[in-house]
Formats: sequence, C-alpha cells, structure tokens
Amino acid sequence: MTNNTGTPLVEMRDISISFGGIKAVDHVTVDLYPGEVVGLLGHNGAGKSTLIKCLSGAYRQDAGDVYINGKKVDIRSPRDARSHNIETIYQTLALADNLNAAANLFLGRELTNAFGFVDEGKMEAETRKIMARLNPNFRKFHEPVSALSGGQRQSVAIARAVYFNAKVLIMDEPTAALGPHETQMVAELIEELKAQGLGIFLIEHDIHNVMKLCDRASVMKNGQLVGTERVEDVTEDDILSMIILGKNPKREAA
Amino acid sequence: MTDTISTPKPSVTDSGAGPITRFLRATEIDTRLLGMFAALALIWTGFHIYGALFNGGGAFLTPRNLWNLSVQTSSIGIMATGMVLVIVTRNIDLSVGAVLGVTGMTMGILQVTILPQYLGLGSPLIWIITAIFGIVMGGCIGTFHGWLIAYRKIPAFIVTLGGLLVWRGAAFVANNGKTISPVDSTFQLLGGGPYGSVGATGSWVVGMLAIIGIILALYYGRQNRIHHEFAVRPMWAEVVVGALSCGMVIGAVLLVNAYPWPSGIVKQYIAANNLTVDPDTLFISHGFAIPVLILMGVGILMTLLVTRTRFGRYVFAIGGNPEAAALAGINVRWMTLRIFTLMGMLAGLSAVVASARLNSATNALGLLDELYVIAAAVIGGTSLAGGLGTIYGAILGALVMQSLQSGMVLIGTPTAVQQMVVGSVLVLAVYLDNLYRSKVK
Repeated sequence: MTNNTGTPLVEMRDISISFGGIKAVDHVTVDLYPGEVVGLLGHNGAGKSTLIKCLSGAYRQDAGDVYINGKKVDIRSPRDARSHNIETIYQTLALADNLNAAANLFLGRELTNAFGFVDEGKMEAETRKIMARLNPNFRKFHEPVSALSGGQRQSVAIARAVYFNAKVLIMDEPTAALGPHETQMVAELIEELKAQGLGIFLIEHDIHNVMKLCDRASVMKNGQLVGTERVEDVTEDDILSMIILGKNPKREAA
Repeated sequence: MTDTISTPKPSVTDSGAGPITRFLRATEIDTRLLGMFAALALIWTGFHIYGALFNGGGAFLTPRNLWNLSVQTSSIGIMATGMVLVIVTRNIDLSVGAVLGVTGMTMGILQVTILPQYLGLGSPLIWIITAIFGIVMGGCIGTFHGWLIAYRKIPAFIVTLGGLLVWRGAAFVANNGKTISPVDSTFQLLGGGPYGSVGATGSWVVGMLAIIGIILALYYGRQNRIHHEFAVRPMWAEVVVGALSCGMVIGAVLLVNAYPWPSGIVKQYIAANNLTVDPDTLFISHGFAIPVLILMGVGILMTLLVTRTRFGRYVFAIGGNPEAAALAGINVRWMTLRIFTLMGMLAGLSAVVASARLNSATNALGLLDELYVIAAAVIGGTSLAGGLGTIYGAILGALVMQSLQSGMVLIGTPTAVQQMVVGSVLVLAVYLDNLYRSKVK
C-alpha cells in the first residue's frame, strides 16, 4: 500500500468548469500520490473525462488550481501538461490514423537530426524498442495505424504515454476496446508502472478492475465529487451505491 | 528487439508472388506513381498517334511540344504543391487563381509604372523587387484568408470563394481593366522562352546535380537503414531504382536540348553578337526553361517540407485526426494560418511565372486556375477527406491536366469539348483512385 502522507504528486483543488451554463465539473478536489492508482468512477456524463482533461491540457478550468508536487502550475495546453510529465491515454486513443506507429508515438515531439529534419530512422528504432517491451508481437511498423487491430492501436497509445518518462499517467478506459488477454496485459503494465513510482488516474467502468487495480476510488455524479474511498475499506456494493445513488451507505450509517 | 537483424537482409519474401509483384516489392516503387506514368504515356502516345493518323503528322511527341508542355505545367504545378497541404488538412482554396490575378496585375503596375521612376528603366533590381513583392503580397493575402479560417472560424470554402470574387474584382480595379504589357525584360525571362532557358550546358549541369542528388539519397537512405538495422532493398533493386531515376533525368536533358531556338531568334542573336555564322547551321538548344527549374526547386523544397520537417508531419497529423493533433500539442489554428500563407506565397510565385510567360498582366491571368490546381492535386492522389497526398503526385497531376489540355489544342478540339473532357477525366480519375485505394487496402 502506498504511503499517502507528504506532498501529493498531483492535487486538483476545487476545480470547476462549465459549458454553456451546464456545470460539467462542480468544485471537485482529487489528489494522487506517487506509486498510487486512483480510480475515477461515475456514470457517463458524470464529469470524469472533463475533470481529467483539465489536467491533460485539453480543457482549461473556469475555477480551481492544479498543484504538481505541491507547486501550483498553470496548464494551458497539452504541451504544458506534457512538460510537467503528465501523459494521457485517451479513450479515443487520439491517434492520427493515416500515420504509422512511430509517427504517432512521437507526434508533437519528433526526434530531429542536426539539420532540424525529422529523423525517421531513429524514431522507428526507438518505437521498435518500446514495442518490444509492451507488445512483442507487434510487427506493423510501416503501416498506417488504421491498419492495426484494436489491441495494437491501444499498445501504440500506451507506448506513447510510457516512452516519455511520465510521472503522472491518465488512462481513460484503457481496456474498453480490448479482449481478455490484452486487458490482462494492461493490468500488468499498470502494476509495473505503479512499482516504478508513477501516479495513475484510471477512469474505469468495470468495478472488478477498479477493486483489482486501484488504491483509492473517487466517485463523481452530476459533476460533483461524491467521495474518495480507499478501496480496501469498501465493498463493490458500497462503490456501486456511490455511483448510482450518489452516497456511501456506510458513511450514511456511521 | 526480438527480430534483431545482424546483417542487412532483403525485405523481400519471395514465396507465392509473381515476378511483377516481387519486383515492385523489392524496389519499393509506388504503384500509384507507376499508374500516373502509365496514364501520361497513354495520353501522350494517344494524341501523337491521333495526330499522325488524322492530322497528317503527330505533333505531340516532339521536343518542341514537350518543352512547351513543361513550361505550361509550371504555373499550375507550383500552386498544386501548396494545394496538397491545404487539401490534406481538410481545407480547400478556391481563390488561388484570383490571387494569382491580383498579384500579377499589381506586379505589372509595380514594374512598369512605379519602379522605373525610381530605379530607371531596365534596372536589374526591378525584377528582383517585383518578384519578391509578388510572393510577399500573395503570402499576405493567404495569411488573411488563413486568419479568417483558423481564428474567425469561417469555413475555408466560404472564405476562399469570397476571396475568388474579391481578388478577381480587385485585379480589374487595380488597373481599370487595362492590360499591362510588356513587362520588364529581365522579369520576362522567369517565364521561359529562348532567352529564359538555361541552354544545353546549363541543362547538363542541372541534370548532373540531379543525378548526384539521386545517388546520394539512395546511398544515405541505405546507410540509415543499415545503421538502424532495418531491412534494406536488395542491391539489384537499388541499382534498378537508381538507373531508372537517372535515366529519366538524362532523357529529360536530352529532350530539352533537342529543341533548338527558332531561326528568327537565332538570326537576332547572331546580329546582336556580331557573329559570322550561317544561321541555318547554328543549333542553339533551349535547355530547361527557367519556370520549369522554378517548379523543380519548389517541388524539392516542398517535398522536404512535407516529408522531413515537423511542419509537414503536423500537416498530415491534422489531416488524419485534428483532435488527436490538438491533443498532441499541435497548434492547429496556427498551422492552418501558416499553410494558407504558404499557399498564398506559391500563388504569388505562380503569378510571377504566368505574367512573365505571357509578357503581360491581364485580367484573365489565372482565370479558372483554382480548378486546374485542385484537379491536379486530386488526380495526383490527394484525398479530399484529408490526410493523404504527395507533392510529386500533384506535379504529375498538373502534367496530366496540361497534357490533356494541350493535346486537345494540338489536334484541334473545340474549347467547349476540351472543358467537357477535362471535367470528365477529373471525375474518372477520382473514381479510379477510389478503386485503387480499396484494392490496396
């Protein structure tokens, strides 16, 4: 179990964001410690993805602050997030389908040679190295990623997040499109990254995966935070009622 | 790495493939490129044979016609390279012909009525200032379009449709609809003609540079693959690719050098230089026309930009998935603005070539060019859905369009029928392209 004293790796304090009068995220506070996996749960439209996009730089919150290692940071774009070693695996994978694996892996951060030209060979070699670790069966280095299977595409998206020495990893339903074998691979990867001291925000619908993979779970409903619980302190039913009813029966009883 | 290769090994697996497939796989020749060459060969020989059968002599496959074809292709070809970027990012630019028109007219006024007042008629600075002005002016118009599209969120179709009307009108207003002619005598050379060509020796120099470039590219490509332990082409395939490329370069040089100056120009030349040679025996080659060299230069630079820089990479990423590009930290708006700026600059450069070739700036300069430019890019394999396209394809597409056009002129097809044929060919080409893509996948 991780030690949750000291400075959190990430703290999102009192975050609010609204779109056209609808409060997608309403004064939500979550935090994440090194070597910890925090699950973000809730119905579709609960505001999980929106909250996390404020951290990955895709959106900018209307109110509230983000702290990395106790220092307040201003994340205005995905580039800013990446500069703080925050990497994101989006639910949609966010791959350019017409480009190959290497081009996608290094998108926005291409390796260049002395002349400032994109170093295709170096990028492919690096891609081969990381893929050999993540997905040893991966062979399609020259095809556009549109020609890859769901699992292969997922491994490209994961490779992109892992390659650049992330300290904070955001995974938005990483196993939604995967078969059981590939899901197991992702689970093992999460354990491995956790052991390396990364902090992971995991958006996940499958309650079994949450109980298995997460240290803590933050539940959201209608843009608000219902509560954050240590997974070992609660049952699956407790979490489910937090998601569905918006309250924790145990706390209510206590 | 699980599949480490200690020595370079052929990328070919010979099992179960016919000789043609194996050849294509080993040489890694783009089949689409082959298709375009086949289409060109068909068009060229078709017109030639038609001429030979029905018009008493084929006029298409002659040095003179092919040389002219190369010059006529330049203006459209230059713009088509920029249109590739525009279309790849899921935009369109309908205004390039009008932008060409208005910059051409403004350059005409600048070099004929304004600059001579300050620099004196025939000053060598005039053509340089005029050409740079034209490119910058085109770039500014492009920037403005790009700003409206990217930062004011007006669809590119509307912005450039409006631009088409506005700039075409502006070209008329600029000089009250009057034609400006002739242009500066040095500027005129940028459009080709006997004096605006580099001659036999110059063409060989260009050809040799191209061959050195091809050999270096092949050599470093191979070294790079070996360095990263990737599979390489078998040596025979490298030689075949090199020989084919160099052969085409040498063929092009021989062709342009086989087209002599017309006797009138030769007589002029002899008189001007006080030579005592019989004008009938003096054979002076045209060589590559300057606008063709400009097109080649633009083609090389644009290819480098598209395939070797981050800018080019981002263009394709935006075309493939704009959201993913933005999430990867690419500033999509800023890219759009820069792409339209580049398109505008290329339209300005085309205006230089087109007005220099006509030796005049007229209201009709660049009329309907936007359609030929878009057609060239699309015939060259640029997908209107975005994300796919090549510079060489667009230039070849421009050559296909121009070959059809001038071939029909040669055999005396009425203008109305020409338009019908060009329109049908465009639709057919895109249909064949769809078929090709679904077969390849």
